[in-house]
Amino acid sequence: MALLDIRQRTGYLFIALTVGHIVLISAQVNTDRGVPVLEAVTFGAFAEVQRVTSSAIGGLRTSWSDYVALQEVRRENARLRDEVAQLRVRLQQERALAQRSRTLEQLLDLRSQAELVTVAASIIAGGASPDFRTITIDKGTADGLRPDMAVIAPAGVVGRIITPSARAAKVQLLIDRNAAAGALVERSRAQGVVEGTGGGLRMNYVSGTADILVGDTVLTSGIDGIYPKGFVIGQIQSVERGQGVFGAIGLRPAVDFSSLEAVLVVLMPPAAADDGAIPAGGAQGPQ
Amino acid sequence: MKVVGVLVAIALALALQTTLARFLVGGTAALDLVLVVVVYVALTSGPATGMFAGSLAGLIQDALSSGVIGVGGLAKSIVGFLAGSIGQQFIVTAALPRFVMFVAATAMHAAVFMGLYVLLGLRSFASPWAAILSQAVGNAVIGMVAFAIVESLPGALERRRMRRRM
Repeated sequence: MALLDIRQRTGYLFIALTVGHIVLISAQVNTDRGVPVLEAVTFGAFAEVQRVTSSAIGGLRTSWSDYVALQEVRRENARLRDEVAQLRVRLQQERALAQRSRTLEQLLDLRSQAELVTVAASIIAGGASPDFRTITIDKGTADGLRPDMAVIAPAGVVGRIITPSARAAKVQLLIDRNAAAGALVERSRAQGVVEGTGGGLRMNYVSGTADILVGDTVLTSGIDGIYPKGFVIGQIQSVERGQGVFGAIGLRPAVDFSSLEAVLVVLMPPAAADDGAIPAGGAQGPQ
Repeated sequence: MKVVGVLVAIALALALQTTLARFLVGGTAALDLVLVVVVYVALTSGPATGMFAGSLAGLIQDALSSGVIGVGGLAKSIVGFLAGSIGQQFIVTAALPRFVMFVAATAMHAAVFMGLYVLLGLRSFASPWAAILSQAVGNAVIGMVAFAIVESLPGALERRRMRRRM
């Protein structure tokens, strides 16, 4: 054991002596760049230590910033996500408000041009059964609504009030199978009756000699006592002629019933409703 | 006492190396008497003593020469340590092992010494093998002689005393 210690001690001494000689040599010898080897080796070794240290610290910083500090980022991300969600909701609200404003502007414009006594209403519900095409609006008898009052939109005729309550009313859409309106063709003044088919419109009771073409605009005639004269119902989509009478005249509704948001309820038709027409979109008032 | 003997041996070797060696081999440095002393000390005293002896002798040799101080010291330290270690592990009392030891020690010393200079870019050694071989043989011969002289010295002194008494 003692012999081993002596050998180990000799080995350590040998290593120390060797290192001492190397240091001594390095202190005297210059490198190609004129720097003493001792300085170059020391600097190089220390530079490597610095590099390793810097790398380790950089790794720690990277780990900290990329992983540990992500907890803060996660919280910030969650906060930003909530903020984005709130902003999205607000954006949708603003969009809805803007759309509603545009719709109301159109309604106001229509009302001013139609010179009708109307009240604006928002649609609060759709039909309870697909077999009956109805909607519910947020105005009722308290606002002056009565049964069989016409409901119109900027694009054209919507339907009529069938069941008003104090603060709401059920509107039968013109496309309902039980709905009908007196109509005339704008171009040829040919008259008939527009009836709902459940999903579209059909024009019946038209004279066999009437001049009807696909694309003609069909307006309300006012003879039914419900719808004011001259409001757009739709356009002729198809014409199938029979013997002596028109077999079937299909109409494409002017109003997109699936996207209705607000309507006008005609409280009182104009006293003197002459022949006239309001083009699609209500750009023109009755004549 | 041992340390003093080593120091004296090194001093004598240095003196002989600087004054007499060049006369022996036509002015060439074919012998390294200091290295012979270091190997001798290492073989007789062990690696630690051989190492320190080599370091001291080499540093002095370096200081007296125009070379880099430490190269010779490192080379002789390594040789002294290895020679002492081998001398402890193996029986190196016969002539041939000693001869081989001196040759190997010289080769090792040359390798480290020249290698360090080449590594540092300070000197170049063109075809050193012949010089190394001749030096190794010369060192081995001197070393064998030295061993023979030292080992025969106690007996010769005893025989001389015996003759005087007679």
